[in-house]
Amino acid sequence: MYAQMIESEVECEDPQKLKEFQNRIDAGDKIEPQDWMPNGYRKTLIRQIGQHAHSEIVGQLPEGNWITRAPTLERKAILLAKVQDEAGHGLYLYCAAETLGVSRDELTEMLLDERMKYSSIFNYPTLTWADMGAIGWLVDGAAIMNQVPLQRTSYGPYARAMIRICKEESFHQRQGFDIMIKMAKGSAEQKHMAQDALNRFWYPALMMFGPSDTDSVHSVQSMAWKIKMNTNDELRQKFVDQTAPQADLLGLTIPDANLEWDEHKGGYNFTEPDWSEFYAVINGNGPCNVERLAARKKAWEDGQWVRDGLLANAEKHAAKIPVAAE
Amino acid sequence: MAQEPAYFEFLCRMGDNALVLGHRLSEWCGHAPALEEDIALANTGLDLIGEAQLWLGLASDVEDRGRTADDLAMGRDVWDFRNHLLTEQPNGDFGQTMMRQYLFDAWHVCLLDALCDSSQAHTAEIAAKTVKEARYHLTRSRSIVIGLGDGTSESHRRMQTALDRLFPYVGEFFETDSIDRAMTASRIAPDPNSLKDPYLETIRSTFLDATLCVPEQEFYLSGGKTGRQHSEHLGHLLTQMQWLQRAYPEASW
Ligand SMILES: [Fe+2]
Ligand SMILES: [Fe+2]
Repeated sequence: MYAQMIESEVECEDPQKLKEFQNRIDAGDKIEPQDWMPNGYRKTLIRQIGQHAHSEIVGQLPEGNWITRAPTLERKAILLAKVQDEAGHGLYLYCAAETLGVSRDELTEMLLDERMKYSSIFNYPTLTWADMGAIGWLVDGAAIMNQVPLQRTSYGPYARAMIRICKEESFHQRQGFDIMIKMAKGSAEQKHMAQDALNRFWYPALMMFGPSDTDSVHSVQSMAWKIKMNTNDELRQKFVDQTAPQADLLGLTIPDANLEWDEHKGGYNFTEPDWSEFYAVINGNGPCNVERLAARKKAWEDGQWVRDGLLANAEKHAAKIPVAAE
Repeated sequence: MAQEPAYFEFLCRMGDNALVLGHRLSEWCGHAPALEEDIALANTGLDLIGEAQLWLGLASDVEDRGRTADDLAMGRDVWDFRNHLLTEQPNGDFGQTMMRQYLFDAWHVCLLDALCDSSQAHTAEIAAKTVKEARYHLTRSRSIVIGLGDGTSESHRRMQTALDRLFPYVGEFFETDSIDRAMTASRIAPDPNSLKDPYLETIRSTFLDATLCVPEQEFYLSGGKTGRQHSEHLGHLLTQMQWLQRAYPEASW
């Protein structure tokens, strides 16, 4: 449906302008907010950047779940700083989306009434401290795979946001791996927690790249526009190739009996995630969808009086200034 | 040193205030009224947890019995905590959290300023480092208290409710006991009561700008900093904070 909409919108645009636009992208130019752009480009970017921003914000919740239970003062500080970084990522991305003519409040409303989505991974529960390690290692790791190429995306404000974000994501991944090392080399219980976390997060992490999109019209257009830089399958393969040796290093077992190095293709063979589970989670039926959305709604609704109060105060002061100047 | 046990107690008071309030602020992460506030609350929480590490680290050196800052944070029970009752009060709504923060920050800055001249070099160093952060916290909490106090009628009502609810905990800041007298005698820390007038002057001017009424009352609640009688809230906070360490005492994290 969506791909069709994009296609038909592209058809409505002035062919000459479209051609010039494509030439700029092919030449590696950055598109800036004041530049002409096709409607489909704008809409696809709003959807993509908005979903990414929402994922950062909802993504605060599963890890926020362990801040008050972190085992040491240092771990507590590192985790709190990490989750704060994610809020910062959300902020950069909402700002990038705003340059396309949609406000942060509008995007938030769309998240809360489920017109917009966020990454399926954040609908899984965090059950032990090892999950803080697994999320940093696998989820931030997969996010980096997705985001590093987007530093070269054609839309200037998005590319610049990605550069800032990627720097912090690689810290997150190292910190997560550090927790995994501690757990995997720790007591029998800690090792158990580490393996259990890997068992639960492995396939959801693979799902983060999305289903195979080699044949999707939408993806072809996005790749031509350099909004998308690689196919989902390419990125997933890269992620598995990077992560499998790390699991060996930790002495943990990836929960896939078919995982094996393929000399011929120069990468690992692996089992695809269960895509029916992915669609169930995306459509609202994952283990934590209800809680995640409820938490965001509560924060938004409970915060209304605060936002109103601060705004009213700012308006009072703005109103006073001319009087004082008289 | 004769004052060592008293000095240890004093450092626990400093560390526990920062730790407990920092923990309370960390409870907000992901749930604040706006992204900017979420980030700012986490920032203040982080500063306070960092400050707690410094004070409790020094306490552990002074005690010299092999208990680390983490052991102190994760291994003591309610009666050994030395934070003021104010810091352990629940977050409530955002207004209550920011009112608690403002009442604390205004005192924290007064105290840290004085501690910069402490006769104990380590204490003076920690104070000099953390007072800069505390000043920033105060600027922020003050502007929010004023913004919401003098905002809409609802935000005004909520801020007045928060002030009325929390004001009885302010008196504990200025209570003096034998520990404080030992600290004052050895010029490690100021007499708590000497901070009272400047503190009240500071908050009165803020509440005037915020159009809020300072409750006229002499009574106050105390028992936190001496450990005599905490509120019921601290035990629940520790239940979360210390759970992992207590469930797996042999593990290292
Ligand atoms: Fe992020
Ligand atoms: Fe991250």
